[in-house]
Order: sequence, then C-alpha cells, then structure tokens
Amino acid sequence: MLSQILYALPFLAEGFAVTLWVSLLVVVLSLIAGVLLGVGLVYGPAPLRWAVRIFSDTIRGIPILVLMFFVYYGLPAVGLHLQSFWAAVLALTLFKTAQVVEYVRGAVASIPKGQSEAAMAIGLTFRQRLTSVIFPQAFRRFLPPWINGVTDAVKGSALVSLLGITDLMQAVNQVIGRTYEAMPLYILGALIYFAVNYALSYASRMLERRFAFIRD
Amino acid sequence: MATSSNNSPALLEIAEVSKSFGPVAVLRSVSLQVAKGEVVTIIGPSGSGKTTLLRCVNFLESYDSGSIRIDGKEVGYRDAATRQRRSERDLAAMRAETGMVFQSFNLFPHLTAAGNIMLGLTKVRGKGSAEARAIAEHWLARVGLAHKADSLPAELSGGQQQRVGIARAVAMEPKILLLDEITSALDPELVGEVLAVVKSLAEDGMTMVMVTHEMAFARDASSRIVFMADGGVSAVGPPKEVLAAETTNERLRTFLARFRASHF
Amino acid sequence: MGYTLNFNLIWRHFDKLWGGLLLSLELAVISIAIGIVIGLVLAVWYVSAGRVVRTIIAAYVEFIRNVPLILLVYLVFYGVPTVIDLAYSAPTSFVVTLSVYSGAYLVEVFRSGLEAVPRGQLDAGKAIGLTPWQRLVHVRLPTMLRITLPALSNTFISLFKDTSIASVISVPELTYGAQWINFNTFRIVEVYLVTTAMYLVTGYALLFALRLVERRFRAAR
Repeated sequence: MLSQILYALPFLAEGFAVTLWVSLLVVVLSLIAGVLLGVGLVYGPAPLRWAVRIFSDTIRGIPILVLMFFVYYGLPAVGLHLQSFWAAVLALTLFKTAQVVEYVRGAVASIPKGQSEAAMAIGLTFRQRLTSVIFPQAFRRFLPPWINGVTDAVKGSALVSLLGITDLMQAVNQVIGRTYEAMPLYILGALIYFAVNYALSYASRMLERRFAFIRD
Repeated sequence: MATSSNNSPALLEIAEVSKSFGPVAVLRSVSLQVAKGEVVTIIGPSGSGKTTLLRCVNFLESYDSGSIRIDGKEVGYRDAATRQRRSERDLAAMRAETGMVFQSFNLFPHLTAAGNIMLGLTKVRGKGSAEARAIAEHWLARVGLAHKADSLPAELSGGQQQRVGIARAVAMEPKILLLDEITSALDPELVGEVLAVVKSLAEDGMTMVMVTHEMAFARDASSRIVFMADGGVSAVGPPKEVLAAETTNERLRTFLARFRASHF
Repeated sequence: MGYTLNFNLIWRHFDKLWGGLLLSLELAVISIAIGIVIGLVLAVWYVSAGRVVRTIIAAYVEFIRNVPLILLVYLVFYGVPTVIDLAYSAPTSFVVTLSVYSGAYLVEVFRSGLEAVPRGQLDAGKAIGLTPWQRLVHVRLPTMLRITLPALSNTFISLFKDTSIASVISVPELTYGAQWINFNTFRIVEVYLVTTAMYLVTGYALLFALRLVERRFRAAR
C-alpha cells in the first residue's frame, strides 16, 4: 500500500501544481476584476451600479458548480470555444469576482464619512480623496476578508476535476482508480489541501497584524 | 441684518442662505458678515442650524438659496443665481481657502501627525515633501506637539489629535478657519489645551468662525457672538451684549438660563 | 451566436428539476438540523472545556473548513466503506458528509456567539440563583441565538447551495437534474438558465424568510 502511494506521489505533485496554478489565476484575475467592479459599484454611474449589483447578487446566489457547468457547456453552445481549463478558470473567477466586489464595497462603506469631509476640507479633489485617503484605509479593511477568501479559491478549484482537468482532486481519484486505495489517498489529499489552506490562513493573520494602524 | 463690527470689507459674506432637509427648514435666510481678523462664535441650542451653517461655508453642505462669498468669490456655485455648481476641481480649490476643524477630529488614521498635515500641502499646494515636512513641523511645534510628528493618530490622546487637526487646517494658510464644536468630543481635562491653541491663533489675527458650547471661552475670545435659533440668526453682537443676563431676547434668555443652570 | 432559445424540452423534463429542488431542500434541512446539534453541543462543550477537548474540537473545525467539500463527499462515499463494513446510499452518505461539514461551520458561529454574550447577563443569572444549567438554557443560549442569527442565516443559505455537490455522487438533486437534461436534450443554455433561476428564487426566498425570523426575534426582546 505504502509503496503504491509513494509511486503515485510525482503524479499527485503534478495535480497539486495544477491546483495551485488554477487558484493563483483565479485569485489574481478576480482581484483585478473585483476591485474595478467594486469601485464601479460604489462610485460609478447608476447604470453601472445596477449592472454590478445584479451581477454580484446573481453569481453569489447560485452554486459554483452550476455556474461552472453553465460556462463550460453553455459557451460552446453559443459559439464560444474555450479550452476546458480556461472555462473552469473563467467560471471560478466570475464567482470569486462577485465576492471581491462585496469585500470592496464593504471596505469602502466602512470608512467614516468624516474622512471624506476632512479630505474635502483641505481641498483634495475627488480623485485625490480616493487615492490618498479612502483607498489606503479601505485597503486595510479589504485585506482580512479577502485573504480569508483565498482559501475558498483553493477549495473551489477542486471542482475543476469535474471538467476532466487533472488537478490534485482529479489526480487523487485517478490514483485510486488504479490502486483501489481509496481511504489513504483521500486522507492524503485532504491533508495536502489542509496544509495549504492552513498555511494561507496563518499568513493572513500575520498580514492583518502587519497592516494594523497601531504599530507595536 | 447683521453687519460686521468695523468698516473693513467683509472677508466672509453669508447672504440670505436657506436650506431645507425635506420638509424641515434648517437654515432660514441667514445673513452674516465676518471681517478679516474677526473671531465669530456661533452659539445656540442643538438643531438650531449652527453646524449646518458652518458646513455651508466650505460647501460640505449645499444650500437651496442665497449666497456665500469669501473675498468676494462665490464658494460653491459658479453662479449663485442659476445655482450652477462649481466643477470638482474648482470646488476643491475654493475649499482649500478655508480650513476646517471637526468635532470628531477626522484625522487620517493611516498617516502620521506630520503626514496628516503634509497631505494637503503636497497634493493641493504642490509643495515638495521636504518643504511640506518643514511646515508641518513648524505647526506641530506651534500646537505643542513637535515630538509627536511621527506618531499615528491612534497613538495620540484626544486633545493631541485635535491639536493636530488644527495644525492640519492652519498649515494650509486658509483665509478663514472654521471650528465645529472642536472640544465636544474631548474629556473635560483635555479641553483646555485645545482652546489655548485656538486662543493663540486668534491673537495672531486668524479669522475664525466657531461653533461651540464653551460659553466662557466664547465670551473671552470672540469679537462677536451669533445666537442662532430655529435656523435663523436670533441675536448678534459683542459678547458682553449677547451674553448679558438682562437681554430682552426671550429665546436667548431661556437658552442662557438653561446653560447657566447646567454649566456653572 | 445563432443560438435560439427553446424551453419546450426543459418543461417536458421539468420534474427532474422540480424533484431535484425538493431533494436539495431535503438534504439541506436534514444536514443543517444535524449540523446544528453538532454545532451547539461542541460549542457549549468548547467554551467550558479544558485544553485537550478544545484542541480536539478546534482540530475538527479547522480540518473540515480547510478541505474542499467535494473531497469530503468522495471520502465518505467511496473511502469510508472500504475500511468499515457499512453499506449506505448516496443520499445518506451525502447527508452524513454535509452534517459533519455544517457542524464545523456552526461550531464556529455558535462559539463566537457564546463568547459575545455579555458577562453582566451571566452574573445577573447567578445573582438570581440560577443553576449553571438554567443559566445556559435561559440566559446564555437565547442571547447567543439572537447574536448569531444573521450569521446563521448566511451559513444556511450557503449550505443549501452546497447541496449541489451531491450531484457528483449521482444524488438526483437539482444540479444533477440540470446535468441530466443537459446531456439528454442538449438544451444547455435553457436548462442552466432555469436552474439558475430556481436556485436564486429558492435561495433569496429562504434568506427573506430567515430575515423575517431575525426581525421577529429582535422584536421579541
């Protein structure tokens, strides 16, 4: 049993690399899209605000799995052909983007009105108020929930296995298909996910402390 | 109509300003002129419109009709008659002409004491950071906080924060300083240090409009006192006149009586 | 483009979706009910327990929260029967998994709620002579419940959406029904539009109902 698992380790490592690559893509792409849309939701013109609100509430209201199947099977049906890898990344990114939008909105909304007013009173323009006063503060409030959400991206990435992408989850299943050692391999897989996510949440606590307003 | 106490042209001219929040009139045709170097204190019961009036002066609040001019220039509107708002850039430039100190300090928590002061100097006044830093240090010394230049607001006491707030406002060399109940959020033992700073600024000739509940301070430091009630100016004049116990103004007498009962 | 919507086939097989939705709700309700019991018991135990018990409960919570649900679903359905001699159906297996999973999330919700109960309330309970058990039932738990209701609502909705993972072990819930219609009719866009609408309507209806309960509780103070 042990030798079979040892033999499978390189294969699992390849799957793990795919898991990390998918997670990284999703986290980075959703960060960019989510911040842009989130700022649009708070400061944009009414039509944009409505569009982002509907986007976010819809995406957050359905299971990721449904969104993923919709994107994966639905895009080719309307003539858009994406590799399954990119379809999966797109679906997970859409989902994560909706979350990031809410983190941004929450972070900006948590800055007291007095901060804008004080910035206005010294004569800063709208753009200066955002870049010098609101965003630096909102960033610190955005960071903790966002970093906590990074583990969600890693966990969510396991769903790409359903589209035939050989990530860690799929690699585990394939090794089980050959070795019939279901329990040890699932536990090994779980421990790998656990280790990554636990390390991430530990790092997030460190970062939060690093960005607190009070220095030690 | 209130006029300034001397004959020099008014620095701040508030003319028949009215404002409503929905059905509630908060300002009813308020007029007030403030000359250069004057210290005008606005007193009155809560809900009388004092703070709203002050916030109209730097256009943190818009108003429905009337005009507010500083040095002859309309503050918030390109044209007071058509009520066409100034552009964002213009408005920012106009606001830089006034300084404001807030009840809740509103220091920028992510910037140090010096950083709070330097922000407007670099971004609005276009000064280099070395020069801005020197100005910030000068004003911090002036409010007795030279040693706190690199402290974050969270590391300062309320009184210290408010003194930074004052330094941040005056470092911009505003034509007029607006002070909105700046000691109301402070513990009683910290009020004195803040008022001392205000007093020394007044002695240096800074033009100030101040909303306050500190009657003793208003009496000692103001050129004139404005008593507001129900959104209008109910009485205005030198401290001795307005705070006189034998005033014939019914509302003012009630206000002062209630005030003496609770504060003296 | 050039795709024309045609919902006829969807309506013909709508029982797959409707039956699926009912099963999704059933899975969610049973799992959440069991999860609440797990969560409450462990949370109460946690706040009054010593170091060892706390560490064990924390390990359970941290482990479950840091592993993908789909892996846990596989583990229970395909893995566990290989080591213990137990036969169970896919729905039962999923309910077990989602119960253990929701339990871990609910322990956290309840624990933080319990710790947020003001000390003064407990002291007041002591002062009028309540036993520890009475203090728990009459003071601590009701207050905790009020504090945690908003977080609870969100967790419930999220767990309802998680039932879609049951489709990977062929439990015929809503997502599975959608997949079935997808593969058998190829009316792909239509079926996922309808499925999306069904999840949205159900999810937001649940949220609305839970918010009403929250308001009732707040009014009852």
